[in-house]
Amino acid sequence: MTFVRLAEVARIHGEGATAVHALKGVSLEIGEGELVAVMGPSGSGKSTLLNLAGGLDRPTSGTVHIGGRDLAAVRDLAALRRRSVGYVFQDLNLITSLTAVENVMLPRELDGVRSRLARQEAMAVLAEVDGADLADRFPEELSGGQRQRVAIARALVGDRRLLLADEPTGALDTRTGDEILQTLRARCDAGVTVLLVTHEPRYAAWADRVVFLRDGMIADTTDTTDTTSVRSA
Amino acid sequence: MPVRHGLLALLSGGPRHGYQLRAEFEASTGAIWPLNIGQVYTTLSRLERDGLVEQEESDEQGRVVYTITAAGREETARWFGTPVVQSDRPRDELVIKLAMAVAAKEVNVAEVVHRQRTATMQALQQLTVAKRAAAEDTARRLVLDSMIFQAEAEQRWLDHCEAVLKEER
Repeated sequence: MTFVRLAEVARIHGEGATAVHALKGVSLEIGEGELVAVMGPSGSGKSTLLNLAGGLDRPTSGTVHIGGRDLAAVRDLAALRRRSVGYVFQDLNLITSLTAVENVMLPRELDGVRSRLARQEAMAVLAEVDGADLADRFPEELSGGQRQRVAIARALVGDRRLLLADEPTGALDTRTGDEILQTLRARCDAGVTVLLVTHEPRYAAWADRVVFLRDGMIADTTDTTDTTSVRSA
Repeated sequence: MPVRHGLLALLSGGPRHGYQLRAEFEASTGAIWPLNIGQVYTTLSRLERDGLVEQEESDEQGRVVYTITAAGREETARWFGTPVVQSDRPRDELVIKLAMAVAAKEVNVAEVVHRQRTATMQALQQLTVAKRAAAEDTARRLVLDSMIFQAEAEQRWLDHCEAVLKEER
């Protein structure tokens, strides 16, 4: 089942002579429970692609579907984002005066869910990322990797099925970076769809499919099922 | 030659016969480098010639058991204490291919880079699948990690080549 579908998507920032063609007719389908990594040099359109796939931005032409819904027909994009899409960034922006579980609860409380239920949901999703024991700690009492796991839990709370991760391994050391990818991978295997932007090949390699962007177009795609071009190590 | 020193390192843990050495070598490197038994015995006879191991009496099944000598222990300590020299690596076909592609004006270098990057990423993905499957086996995981870091270095180098070549066009 396709969860995100971009068809012939173009995005132009600005107009006339100064117009920037950030994406030039990109088509990409991401299945439910699939982990897709996007790589490319800066300026290749990675962030634009991520923003369009998550409904943070609308295409100049082409269509974007999330969970079967055409974004062009969705009037309240903010509501769709809040209910269906989670984000994890390099700087995770956990609120320092709230504990881990309170951070995770927050999006649900903003959605009007009552505190007790929100806490239950938050604890459940924290457990899914192996973070149940972190619940009552404040962000500054957590390691970089633990904070990022809490951020992943916050992105998924309320049964959101699409996770957009923009350089989630940031400045973390490679062992902790692997741990983050392990967590994302496990969530994928449980049915969450993940779109990951990274400039590090070792993390992109956790994906089912790696998409290379060049100058606003998909230059290449590799997936784990295609074994034609493996060299012996 | 790493097999030679690998076998010495195993023998410093106690006397062993050839099949045992092969099994333990494979287990401790995560079964990434299969050894054939002929290779084990050839290596053992060279080690014996050099005075680093000696034969003991055969075990009850008639297999020859080898023991490390004092000189062998010294050699093992020296091996662990010495870093591997970078230039001992074999010449890299990819580096030669790219240099030749740049030199030969009519080759589309960007295309060579492009194809290679796709292939290297695919190899990286497969190594990562293998690593996920080896979660419980630290030795195997670290050996795979080494290959992952090497493939990643190649990927970075290819990105670098692309950027430099683009600038020079």
